[in-house]
This record gives sequence, structure tokens and C-alpha cells, in this order.
Amino acid sequence: MDTGTIIIGLTIFVLACFAGAELISKVPQTLHTPLMSASNAISGVAILGALIATGRPESIDAESMLGFCAVVFATVNVVGGYMVTDRMLQMFKKKKRKKKE
Amino acid sequence: MSIVNIIDFVYLISAVLFMLGIKNLSSPATAKLGNKLSMAGMLVAIAATLASPDMFGYTMIIIAIAIGAAIGGYAAVKVEMTSMPEMVALFNGCGGAASALVAMAEFNGHTGAFANFTMITLLLSVIIGGLTFTGSIIAYTKLQGIISTRPITYPFQQVVNAGIVLLTIFLAYLVFQNPANTLAFYFIILLALGLGVLAVIPIGGADMPVIVSLLNSYSGLAVSMTGFALNNNALIIVGSLVGASGLFLTKIMCDAMNRSLANVLFGAFGAVDDSVADGGEGPTGSMKGFEVEDVAITLQNADSLIIVPGYGMAAAQAQHVTRELGDYLGEEGVDVRYAIHSVAGRMPGHMNVLLAEADVPYDQLYAMEDINDDFSTTDVVLVIGANDVVNPAAKTNPGSPIYGMPILEVDKAQTVVVLKRSMNVGFAGIENELFFKDNTMMLFGDAKSSIQKLLSAVKE
Repeated sequence: MDTGTIIIGLTIFVLACFAGAELISKVPQTLHTPLMSASNAISGVAILGALIATGRPESIDAESMLGFCAVVFATVNVVGGYMVTDRMLQMFKKKKRKKKE
Repeated sequence: MSIVNIIDFVYLISAVLFMLGIKNLSSPATAKLGNKLSMAGMLVAIAATLASPDMFGYTMIIIAIAIGAAIGGYAAVKVEMTSMPEMVALFNGCGGAASALVAMAEFNGHTGAFANFTMITLLLSVIIGGLTFTGSIIAYTKLQGIISTRPITYPFQQVVNAGIVLLTIFLAYLVFQNPANTLAFYFIILLALGLGVLAVIPIGGADMPVIVSLLNSYSGLAVSMTGFALNNNALIIVGSLVGASGLFLTKIMCDAMNRSLANVLFGAFGAVDDSVADGGEGPTGSMKGFEVEDVAITLQNADSLIIVPGYGMAAAQAQHVTRELGDYLGEEGVDVRYAIHSVAGRMPGHMNVLLAEADVPYDQLYAMEDINDDFSTTDVVLVIGANDVVNPAAKTNPGSPIYGMPILEVDKAQTVVVLKRSMNVGFAGIENELFFKDNTMMLFGDAKSSIQKLLSAVKE
């Protein structure tokens, strides 16, 4: 990997850190638990690396087996994370509707 | 434009969707849309990855996704709202494990020499991902009460941990020098897994929310490191988003308890509470247990009532009957409000979710800063299963472990009714002198059945 690529990567990393902190600071306390669970689901994006590791080898080998396990774990994180977040947010929404009635 | 360029461009779109998703979480009205946008971002990124021209093992991928989705989906549907923090901790551990496994796969599958930078990020990914996995499992078992919520400490604990960290760094250096040294690489994984366990066992149950949030941040960092190792911008961006957000939440929670992160990590909070056991600094007087009828009369005679819910209410699943009691008294002309401490529950904002579940109206919920001045002019405060967040020792006793933590000043009210399961100390393991005060009425028993009895008593 050449130095230019590393610098670009680090630039993206630093800028995204600031963007993340900025975005999160706007979230009210009421929504902190769904926020935590949502950002947890987002961290399941490791699934992209897992898919590459599983799918890249042309035959089943150590890499693809490790990738397979990684896909299972990451999918639990992604599917479970988004579903529990949705369940929590459902409650906030349901109450709003009732109030209007 | 090559297919690789197109995939990178789609990754950019998915990063934008993730950011819009988090942005929309800033209001209850748009939060659901935000979650959908974030989900769309994930789907788009997965689709782009699967469309890559050098993918072969689709069968394995489909089987793995099916297994993961079944486990995650089942757990998400079954979990109780009160157990949400445990669930989030477990899911988070899965994310950490995934990052570490991807880095391991890359280590195994890489052909040719590793670039220095790739090797460093790969090792960091394995270490951070590994300790996130075991740390999250320990957090889960502590929150579930499978292992003691008390801090587990032993002599030279921090020396041992520091030694393991140094050994890990040394082995990482060996692998860095010679990537063929697979034995050292796998030993690093073992050490990382052990480190996750050792770092979390000395932390008390009351501090677990901070740890879950911190581990969430770590899992993001692990993803970022994997992104560097694979040279994948989507992982770098999204990982750092999560890393920064987790760290920010961690800071908010530490501030709410007036503690530093270092104190949470190394303070073994609540490990020894000898001051009370010795009788030296402990509260004097006796707790007075009351009957449901006494409390009901007090509630009926009140003009204003503030309900302070704590985890005890949640654990007893009493949020619905609490709302019924609040509603009934409100109809009878009592001014009913709820006071919510930011660390009530097991996650920041957890109590808001639980009360939302029970349909408590937004406009009756007050944050600590907004209601603390009103306690002195309130007739009755009903504390349901809350302990540490109403402990006056935080203001009056410099020797108390929670001294300096902002609390709900319920002791200023005319009468305080405390619903409590037993005479035992709370989650943080600290005695509460509020319970011994003259204007405090204790009602012992399960929160749900106590409130049910109260409700029927006030209706008579």
C-alpha cells in the first residue's frame, strides 16, 4: 500500500470521526438507547469484509471458513440490531398516534 | 468506469445513507425513517459487495446469512424491553467477533508480503475485535445476573492486565517482523480474548452501561481497522462513525455520574463498601415499613406527585401499572409528573424507552435538570425501584463512592414513598440514607404487585 492511499484512508477516518460526533450530539437523551442500538447495528458493516473473505477464495479453505463464521456473526449483529432498534422506535411512534386520537 | 469504481461509488452512497440515518435519529418523529435509511445503506453496501466480479462462494454466503439472520431475528423478536441492554451487548460482541474473524481470514488468505501499514491495522483489528467479543459477553452475563454484578477483583489485577497488554504488543511486534509466525498470531488472539474478560470483570454492574457503550465504540474502531487492512473505504467511514458515536455516548454517561472514564475502568466501583458494614459512616435510624392503605391515603391527599422510576420498576415489569396509577391520580386532579435520571435503567435513555412502551405521555416526562427545583414544592414523590439516583449521600457524604454524582433531590419533598423489594442495598451496592429519613415511607414488596394494590386502594 503506498503512502498516498494511507493518507487518504486516514483523512477519511478523521473526517468521519468528527461527522459521527457531530451527528450524535444532536440526539436527545430520550433516544439514546435506540441510538446505541442503531449504531451497534451499523457496526455490523464488518459484514462487507466477511462477505469478501468468504466469497473470494475459489474453493473452501481456511480463509473462506473464517469468513463464513464472520458472516454469521455479522449478520446476527446487523439483523438483530436493526430489528431491536425498530421495535424500540415503534413504541415512540405508537404513543404519538394515540395522543392525536 | 470499472466495476471496482462503481462499487466504491455505491459504498459512498451507503455511507451517506448511514449518516442521514443517524441524523434522523435526533427526533422521535423521524427516528423510524432514520433506521430505515440506515438499513437501506447496509443493503446497498451488501449488494455492491456481492456484485464484485471476483466472488465465488455464494452458496456459503447464503447459508451463513440465513443462519445469522435466523439467530439475530429470533433474539430480536423475543427479547423483553427491559433486557435491551443485554441484547445490545451481545449483538455488539458479534460485531467485534466478525471484525476479528475477517482480519484472521485476511491473514490466512493474503498472498505475498504484507505492507507494514496493513499488518499493523490487521493486528489492531484482531486485538480490538477479540476483546470486544469477550468483553461484551462478560457485560451480558453481568447484566443478566449470570455472574456477580459486583466487581471481581484480585491482588495485582492491574499489574496482571498491564503485563498481558505488554505481552500482546511484544507478540504483535514479532508477527509484524515475520508474518509467517502464525503461532504468535494465534497467541495474540487468545490474549485479546482473555483481555476482554479481565478488563470487564472488575467493573461493577452499575457501571455496565458505560462499558456497553465503550465496547460499542471499540467495535466501530475494529471495523475501521479492518477497513484499513482491506483498503475498503466503506468500512473505514462507517467504523469511525460508530467509534466516535460510542465514545461520545460514553462521555455523556460518565458526566451524568460525575466520574471519569478512568475511574469507571479502574475504580472497581462498589467493590468494597466497608464504611457501611463497619457502622462508621452508615446511616442512622431505622427504616419504617408502611401498609398499602397508609400510602394510598397519602397519595389521595396530594395535590402534586412526582414519580421517579428506576430499574426496579422495569425489572418487575411494572411500567404499565405505574402508568395506570399515574393516569388515575391525574384524573382525580393530582398533578402527576415523571422525573427521569439520565442513568436510570441499564442504558442511557433506557427508562424513556420503557415508559414509552407503557404509553406514558411525553409531556409528563422531565429530565433531572428540569425538575430538580420542583421537589421542594411537591407533596409526594413516589420512588419505584430507584436507589442510587436518589441517594442524598451523593451530595452530603464526601466518603461515599457516589459523592458528586448529580441526583434527583427527592428528599426535599414533603413526603417520599419508596417502593422497594427488600431492605437490601441497590445495584451499586451503596446504603441509602434517604430510606431512613423521617419523611420517608417504605413500602416493601415486588413493585408490580405493590402498585397494583396501591391502585385498587386509591380507587376505593
